[in-house]
Amino acid sequence: MGKTVLMQGNEACVEGALAAGMRLYAGYPITPSTEIAELSALRLPQEGGKFIQMEDEIASIACAIGASVAGVKSMTATSGPGFSLKQENIGYACLAEIPLVIVDVQRTGPSTGMPTSPAQGDVMMARWGTHGDHPIIVLCPSSVKETYDLTVRSFNLSEKYRTPVILLMDEIIGHLREGMELPDPEELEIIDRPTVRFPEPKRLPYHMKKGQTVPAMAPFGCGQRYNITGLIHDETGFPTNSHEEAEKLMYRLMHKISDNYDDIVRSEERNTEDADTLIVCYGGTMRAATEAMERAREKGMKVGIFRPITIWPFPERELKKLSGKVKKILVAEHNYGQIVLEVERIVKNDCKVDFIGKVNGTVITPDELVKKLEEAE
Amino acid sequence: MSKTELRLTGSGGQGVILATVILAEAAVLAGKYTAQSQSYGPEARGGSCKAEVLISEEPIAFTKVQNPTLLMALTQKSLEQYTKKLPDSCRILMDDSLVLPENIDRSRVTALPILRTAKEEIKKAMTANIIAVGAINSILHLVPDDVLRSAVMMHVPKGTEALNAKALECGLNLLERQQETKEGAEREDS
Amino acid sequence: MVNTGDVSSNPGKTSTLIYKYMRPEHLPHIWCPGCGNGIIMRDVVQAIENLGLSRNKTVIVSGIGCSSRAAGYLDFNTIHTTHGRAIAFATGIKLANPELEVIVLAGDGDISAIGGNHLIHAARRNIGITVVVFNNEIYGMTGGQYSPTTPRGDYGTTAPYGNFDRSFDIAGLAYGAGASYAARGSAYHVQQTISLIQEGIRHQGFSIIDVASVCPTYYGRKNKKGSAVDMMRWQKENSVTQEQANRMTPEELRGKLIIGLLHQVQYPEYTYEYEKLINRLAKEREDNE
Repeated sequence: MGKTVLMQGNEACVEGALAAGMRLYAGYPITPSTEIAELSALRLPQEGGKFIQMEDEIASIACAIGASVAGVKSMTATSGPGFSLKQENIGYACLAEIPLVIVDVQRTGPSTGMPTSPAQGDVMMARWGTHGDHPIIVLCPSSVKETYDLTVRSFNLSEKYRTPVILLMDEIIGHLREGMELPDPEELEIIDRPTVRFPEPKRLPYHMKKGQTVPAMAPFGCGQRYNITGLIHDETGFPTNSHEEAEKLMYRLMHKISDNYDDIVRSEERNTEDADTLIVCYGGTMRAATEAMERAREKGMKVGIFRPITIWPFPERELKKLSGKVKKILVAEHNYGQIVLEVERIVKNDCKVDFIGKVNGTVITPDELVKKLEEAE
Repeated sequence: MSKTELRLTGSGGQGVILATVILAEAAVLAGKYTAQSQSYGPEARGGSCKAEVLISEEPIAFTKVQNPTLLMALTQKSLEQYTKKLPDSCRILMDDSLVLPENIDRSRVTALPILRTAKEEIKKAMTANIIAVGAINSILHLVPDDVLRSAVMMHVPKGTEALNAKALECGLNLLERQQETKEGAEREDS
Repeated sequence: MVNTGDVSSNPGKTSTLIYKYMRPEHLPHIWCPGCGNGIIMRDVVQAIENLGLSRNKTVIVSGIGCSSRAAGYLDFNTIHTTHGRAIAFATGIKLANPELEVIVLAGDGDISAIGGNHLIHAARRNIGITVVVFNNEIYGMTGGQYSPTTPRGDYGTTAPYGNFDRSFDIAGLAYGAGASYAARGSAYHVQQTISLIQEGIRHQGFSIIDVASVCPTYYGRKNKKGSAVDMMRWQKENSVTQEQANRMTPEELRGKLIIGLLHQVQYPEYTYEYEKLINRLAKEREDNE
């Protein structure tokens, strides 16, 4: 293990990305994610990589996809308004199976909202923002160190499953500085996409061989010429109007994620063994929840925490195991109730589901959580 | 002292965010846990600015100030704004050019010539935040002074090291100097 | 399908180009009889043939629209992207691997309406990609709506009373924004257009070749321009060179197509500059060690 350094969440994201092999960043300035662009601009050319400030958010993600097509690991980062604009090409990357990492440091919305204030109002957009059914992986860090780790993991999952991965941060963590033990990059597990090393004539670019999770990807220029499109395509990579082929493709895209639930989905449990009340929270909200749990326990309340780390696909199997054991779940999030809908869907009648949310530019405090827990006693 | 919670306020451009970053850096160097954050409006210069840093021997869960140990104010506006809802236990460090609101008990206030020292002694108004960092450490003894010196050096621009080192020493001595002057004045009075 | 003839004995003939650079299994193309797009696609391929570019190191990027289907017919590294975004994708490909020859094929709506911002900024950066515009002055794929290049007064399905927007000069827009190579060709002027595309690819920096296509199905029919042949004849009879244009009054130039190289300057290319930065930082680090 390396030494402990003071780092901001946004900075940890860049360092994690570099450790994971990011060599191109394309972005557009937007608060509160701008530090990710600034540090990328400084650090990438030092590592032989490239930074480009594009003309807008749409161009940024398009540029990052282009780089990935040419075989270079790439990332773009933004916040709410920019995340809205990126949705178009998130769908493209899902369908064409282009690995890349999109970071959204959430701020208070809607619209321009409160640019420097925290919120968690983009969790449903992260899942359903782009049109049409599509698979997506979304990870949500709750500390600076975890931002580093999950950025590495975002790249690994995007490469392994050839899919865009969204690192859904929030202003609480993005702008937080804390001490962080910097891992030795040599000790990190880094996954690279399955790559076509030896071009084959008449290779079907989207044909999956037995035992593969995704078809191997040929970087443009390697000698394997093929076609990539955002139209529904068959194994040849060319558009098709065949309903059978359309169904086959959609099935494969959705199942490459859902069939690998165990590999993709991560969650954290705190004091769940004896808990009768469970706080469900994610991202920066975890910090207030942890303190609230500790204080509630000092008062004799049996409170535990369940935190999705992979927020999409939602860790529903793990939550389901707990919902039968507790009397009540309190969902805490910085919005008007988004993940609570998912929790209610999973929990059904196992226990009562309560909600605490906040959208005024400030964070939910441990006091407010403890009060809410006491009310329900 | 389980957890120290500091809230530093002033106007944009005074470097109060950097002051909290330096204190957080010093905490990390001293092997402590820390959490630093800030809130600000759209103005890069002017406007009010609030930055917070928590320092603790234990891991820090909630990252914002709840029970401030110390509030620092460098502008009249921030002094008035942030002293409104303040627990009685919170100390106040203010620049001595400011006017203390009437409802505040003087015994919890330390007024130091932070801005004047920067301007007149260091001859660089921009070093006020470094002076403030020194003054805070002399009041709260958060980290050894040497650790603070290292932390300052990690965060000042190249070429300004000597200037900022001098500013830090001024800051570290500001409280003591004031007490000496006070004692001297009292002796003369008696 | 086209009669291929003896490929080896017909160098430079279309049939040869089809088998060398296209994907015959994906032909015939979707374009209407008389459409100018096939001619322009062939011009691009002929320029590539003349330059002897490696198929493996050439990338064709397209957006959405009739002309963008060309990517699928060409046997290179091809990517059919989202509407308007071809240049932004191309920027990422070129920046990631500057060794690649990146050619964008796009329509007038794609490049100057929804993708207009990407066009001017790629031109400003002077990134070394080549953009060939298939400019048919109409949205063809969606059925004949007026585009940013539909002449004022002309009709489209969304301009039933005539269009009163002013039209864009795409090549002019690009060089105004900083493109270091800008030219205009037409579907009729095959030889000139091939050579303009060729020079655009050779040029170090952002190149744009705005090629007047013809759309007899929508633009032609809506505006009573006659058959495809009539529309091509119009191109022949109403084109002037830049030199000729310089001697003409604005009245004389009205409705004319200025063909040829419009603008070329030498200016540092973006990816080259970035590589220089990387090398400089690496050297500084070495010197410090």
